[in-house]
Amino acid sequence: MKSLTMTQRMYIDGIEVTFTEGETILEVAQQHQKEIPTLCYDPRLEPFGGCRLCIVALEGTRNPVAACTTKATPDMIVTTTTDTIETLRKTLLEMVISENREVDVHPLRGYASNELANLRDKYGIDGTRITGTTSGTNKPDDNPFILRDYELCISCYRCVRVCAEQEGDHAINVMNRGFHTQITTEFDGLLKDSACTFCGQCIQTCPTGALADKKALRSVDAVSDSPLDKTRTICPYCGVGCSVDILTTDDKIVGIHPAMDGPANQGALCVKGQFAFDFVQHPDRLKTPLIRDKGGKLQETTWDKALEKAADGFKSVYEKHGRHSIYGIASGRAPSEAAYLMQKFIRAGFGTNYIDNCSRA
Amino acid sequence: MSNPLVDMQKPEVIFCIGTNMTECHPVAATGLKKAIANGAKLIVADPRRIGLAELSHLYLPLRVGSDTALLLGMAHVIAREGLIDEDFIQKRTTGFDEFFEHISQWTPEWAETITGVPAKDIETAAMWYGASKKAAIYYTLGITEHICGVENVQSLCNLALMTGNIGREGTGINPMRGQNNIQGAGDSGALPNNYPGFQSVTDPKHQEKFTAAYSREIELEKGMTKVTALELCGDSIHAMLIDGENTLLSDPDRKHCEHALRSLDHLVVIDIFLTETAELADVVLPATAWGETDGICTNTERRVQRMRAAVPPAGDAKPDWWIICEIAKRLGFEGFEFDAPKPIFNELCNLSPIYAGLDWDRIDNGVTETVNNQWPVPDKEHPGTPRLHEEEFVNGKGIFSNVHYRDPAETISDDFPVWLTTGRRLQSYHTRTQTGRAQGIDYLLPEESLEVNPADLIKWQLTDGEWCKMSSARGSINIKVKATNRSPRGTVFASFSFANVPVNQLTGSGYDPITHTAELKVCPVKLEPL
Repeated sequence: MKSLTMTQRMYIDGIEVTFTEGETILEVAQQHQKEIPTLCYDPRLEPFGGCRLCIVALEGTRNPVAACTTKATPDMIVTTTTDTIETLRKTLLEMVISENREVDVHPLRGYASNELANLRDKYGIDGTRITGTTSGTNKPDDNPFILRDYELCISCYRCVRVCAEQEGDHAINVMNRGFHTQITTEFDGLLKDSACTFCGQCIQTCPTGALADKKALRSVDAVSDSPLDKTRTICPYCGVGCSVDILTTDDKIVGIHPAMDGPANQGALCVKGQFAFDFVQHPDRLKTPLIRDKGGKLQETTWDKALEKAADGFKSVYEKHGRHSIYGIASGRAPSEAAYLMQKFIRAGFGTNYIDNCSRA
Repeated sequence: MSNPLVDMQKPEVIFCIGTNMTECHPVAATGLKKAIANGAKLIVADPRRIGLAELSHLYLPLRVGSDTALLLGMAHVIAREGLIDEDFIQKRTTGFDEFFEHISQWTPEWAETITGVPAKDIETAAMWYGASKKAAIYYTLGITEHICGVENVQSLCNLALMTGNIGREGTGINPMRGQNNIQGAGDSGALPNNYPGFQSVTDPKHQEKFTAAYSREIELEKGMTKVTALELCGDSIHAMLIDGENTLLSDPDRKHCEHALRSLDHLVVIDIFLTETAELADVVLPATAWGETDGICTNTERRVQRMRAAVPPAGDAKPDWWIICEIAKRLGFEGFEFDAPKPIFNELCNLSPIYAGLDWDRIDNGVTETVNNQWPVPDKEHPGTPRLHEEEFVNGKGIFSNVHYRDPAETISDDFPVWLTTGRRLQSYHTRTQTGRAQGIDYLLPEESLEVNPADLIKWQLTDGEWCKMSSARGSINIKVKATNRSPRGTVFASFSFANVPVNQLTGSGYDPITHTAELKVCPVKLEPL
């Protein structure tokens, strides 16, 4: 019924490939493992065509076309790399890099923060052929989460677009044009005075680290030589169940990356999931069992003593008042194994259904 | 949720009632924003002018606790205008004729007198929802935390059933769950009326199954709810095991709750912090936290997902499952010889029909193009069920409920002339045991404040930014005043997150008689300057 699902045929680098109507050259090429460089592209966002790095040769057109904005059409003949195209790409990159204060940024700045550095390495650019003034003015902002280091901005607008298209918040936009382009909020103020919700999506899509995770960067000195590990899990907050990667180094949680392939969130997060992770290794954490002493004070003790006291208490209440005197409340934040065993503890242990969870509050 | 989260981008008409989604489920709200960008119409019913209201095409500012009246009025209009789906009603529902007669009396003009929402707006909402074949309902605790929570949910079901807006893409009745594994806690059987997988404890077949599985006869009577158990502390309940809940701050009527927990002979609390509740315990057992614990959880769209440990435990903290097993073994209980979470989850899957096709390894492998792990998953070959009720309802036919509007447990009076409603904010979560200990969150939300309509400041002699005394029939607290048009005249809002502003000392006027969910959304109060 839908023409959208019709399969068509085209050629990429001399190989016949199929595509679905509506797909762009870039999407089709990526599906066939063709590496086309991009900077302004985020697969979750509408194609923008700003950086022009994804240019490809298209038979029948004089100039190369941007693969991200050009829709595939039947029998199209595309070449993803030629000497001319590689020269153009390299020159474009050199110009972009010449405007930035630095290209090598710490990966803790954000999920995509090393995209520009990786492309520079791939194209063997040493930054000497084209030099000039840097563009972008840093914006001092006392918020604890988002660094606004616009000297590294390349005006790809990914931050503006993710805020508008993905978050629907429209907190940031573009001021001025050309060399003076600057990403800003309404009235050029602080993020907290804008519609920004501090979800951190702008940080995670920025390909240069111009927008960076201030909170993660606090750990940079401590982790500079240690490898970063990633562990895939689910956010500890609401019931949406966003997938996240916990960033760790030397057994310390240093930051969070959204999982771009998370089935519930597809790369999106909110301020809590993105930034409120450090309760885990907070000094207030309970580290030892506690039991109440005769004076009524909670005192540290061993697991053996605490478990014994816990069990003895249930035993004596059971003996004195019977099985209908004991009640269990399971957690909505512990894993299901905990809730399952809580109900088993009550049902298998006392033969009652005196069990509930915290959902009635 | 009857429908998956991805469906949130698909409706033509979205009806959000009692859900502050942009603050409480922000990532889910992005789906609705995309639907709106694609042309969907958004109807928002909420006493407060919340973020969603700003995005809406039609905003229904109903008086707190009047949801049933609004929904009856909408049902009346849908029937009157002939927007019902006769084919769906005939094939998939029962009781429509009686319902049709029942709603004939509940006109939008009547609903206006209860809700304060203009009748013409109720009509518009009903026409939009009723005329669309792709209309979806989203709700949260603004629907359930009332003495009439059940009637509110039934009223929403009535709307979906009479228009056939269920069982298809972009439709459905979608409650948003508030904690990362609150769905999983219910799935796992931590309920007084259900064994794992929502198998009723009063069904002898299930009793037999679990009695055999646990080698212990389990009684056929439902247990009491937590609310009743707290009522009976010191009378018939003498010991409690609480895992990871700060009952004292999160539950209504704090004084009553504290008295209840203090009346116990024996209280054991498993938690990651010394919460206000843990401070009352005889034994406090330190659990491993998120990021330190391997396990399985279930999200609001019934998707079963893997949580993984990334760092070692704090100090001597142990996983909850280990702690429960160790207490059980010391009591001589059988069936607690576990050395890892995997066999525990697999035992749950073996006993739960909705998890029958799942196991630890399958969840560990994650979702693929062909496997979504959304329950029910009746067998190993089953991919999971993104959308419920596609062919038929669990109990066969959808049942219309002839609900009546009821006033809240307490209504405003000369003594307590202002409606207080409570909830969460974007930046803080629950009782702040977690967000209160995350660096930077204070920058965005340093303290709690009471949201008061600017026009009401004069009426109650309050000053923006100054403290006031807020009292209900149960107690008083001091809270800073914040003037904002988010609150309508006569209604104020505060979250229950901050320990220094224990709003739940005031709440607790009543409970839904069936679910025992507290009416946390409605509490008459009076405001006085300090």
